[in-house]
Amino acid sequence: MSASGDQQQAVLNGRRGPLRDAVFFLVMGGLSSCFVLLIVLLLAADLSFTSPRAFAAALQKPEIQAAFRLTMLTCTLAAVLSVWVATPLGYLLSRFRFPGSRIVDVLVDIPIVLPPLVLGLSLLILFHQPFPLTRWFAESGADTVADGSKVDATGRPAGWILENWLEESAGIPVTYRWPAVVLAQFAVSCAFAVRTMRVTFDQINPRAEDVARTLGCTRGQAFLQVALPQAWRGILTAGTISWARALGEFGPILVFAGATRFRTEVLSTSVFLELSVGQLDAAVAVSLMMVLMAVAVLLFLRWLGAGMST
Amino acid sequence: MIELADVSVRSGDYLLEGISFQVQAGAYAVLMGRTGIGKTTLLEAICGLRRVLRGQVLVGGVNVTGWSPGDRRIGYMPQDLALFPTMTVRQHLEFAQRLQRASQPAMAARVRELADLLEIDHLLPRGVRGLSGGEAQRVALGRALAARPALLLLDETISALDAETRRSARQMLKNLNRQTGVTVLHVTHDKEDAEQLSDVCLQLARTGTGRVQVSCAGAAT
Repeated sequence: MSASGDQQQAVLNGRRGPLRDAVFFLVMGGLSSCFVLLIVLLLAADLSFTSPRAFAAALQKPEIQAAFRLTMLTCTLAAVLSVWVATPLGYLLSRFRFPGSRIVDVLVDIPIVLPPLVLGLSLLILFHQPFPLTRWFAESGADTVADGSKVDATGRPAGWILENWLEESAGIPVTYRWPAVVLAQFAVSCAFAVRTMRVTFDQINPRAEDVARTLGCTRGQAFLQVALPQAWRGILTAGTISWARALGEFGPILVFAGATRFRTEVLSTSVFLELSVGQLDAAVAVSLMMVLMAVAVLLFLRWLGAGMST
Repeated sequence: MIELADVSVRSGDYLLEGISFQVQAGAYAVLMGRTGIGKTTLLEAICGLRRVLRGQVLVGGVNVTGWSPGDRRIGYMPQDLALFPTMTVRQHLEFAQRLQRASQPAMAARVRELADLLEIDHLLPRGVRGLSGGEAQRVALGRALAARPALLLLDETISALDAETRRSARQMLKNLNRQTGVTVLHVTHDKEDAEQLSDVCLQLARTGTGRVQVSCAGAAT
């Protein structure tokens, strides 16, 4: 192509540039807006379904107020427990390669990918199934009942059962009580907290802990005095994410703790209970309340994220 | 005095074997070698951050091979300095002394002494974020010297500084070595560092048989 031909082509390309950019933004924006629009429509549908009066009336129902109080209590306990466990676990996974560390890494992610109902069912089995080895010992002197299972002298399944032990020895019945709500929430939210804490410690320079050790720190002191103070935003983030996850938990709670009014009812189960008795107004009001709580948590996380990036 | 006798140490798949050398007390030794030859691994083994598979590390004639890093009386400055982002400069200088349960007056006196020596008096209340490269380097040096170590290990600590700051850093390091009498083992790539700082210049290199060994590249004038 001649020099003037090149020039003409360049002019044409220059003219087409803005048009190509417009097409690019149109396609990208169009695809992206599908999801954003869906969320906006969902929220708008909820808002248009109820009136402020109906919303206020629903929130004044004693069972919903009780569910709100229990939700705040259990979510906070689950978040505190999650951070308490996730901080050392996240640190260990971030800093050390120990035998089985890859397996532990996979194991802690299981509650994230496990279907919620399966998690609840697993909790139920864990608390009510006799432990295999103890069952083997106990069955030697146990009676056999009609269905072929072995029972002890009191008529209960032979072997050591976690729920029985907690109830009789520690005086803490769990299943179908509020501790079961906390445990079901903890089982999922802790997995998210561990991920967050691991990433947090990955971002903290391990050299600083090495230097601290040359200055006289034990590993424990290096963790407490050097690594942990740097991880405070990560700890807050892990706590907030755990709290938000616990708020939205439903499946494991329904299976493991049940949905008994004034006893194990939290906001997510309130929505289910209100729906099941045809109280759509109340179900939507509770849903909106949960949306507001989730938005507050998201804003807090955004603020934390902004602080981290500076 | 620092002495390594037939030391073997591993870093992942890389094995340093049979490393031996000696640096006299109060000397400024510079250790050179190409990238990846194992200089940092060796420093980590000396200060106890990496396990010595075989051989002995002696500091001041005492075999410290199995000792924990904090008991060896070795100050360590890594390449990235690794300052503590949540602490002030004063807290950096106090850190080792607090661990040794030094009294408040003794701690304050030592902080003043170090601040004067390193000319960081004006930085004491500041956090370490936002310090210049030269300032951060002085703070890290003060932190390493606070507990009066017998040996100071420097891992390319002035490599990242600009030419002018580097010149003054060299001068400061040499003065510190003279004034405090601390033995220094300084890892560097820079021949100028070696020429201007070293009493003893060591070379970590692969020999004809394929083994990595430390040889004395000579004493500086």
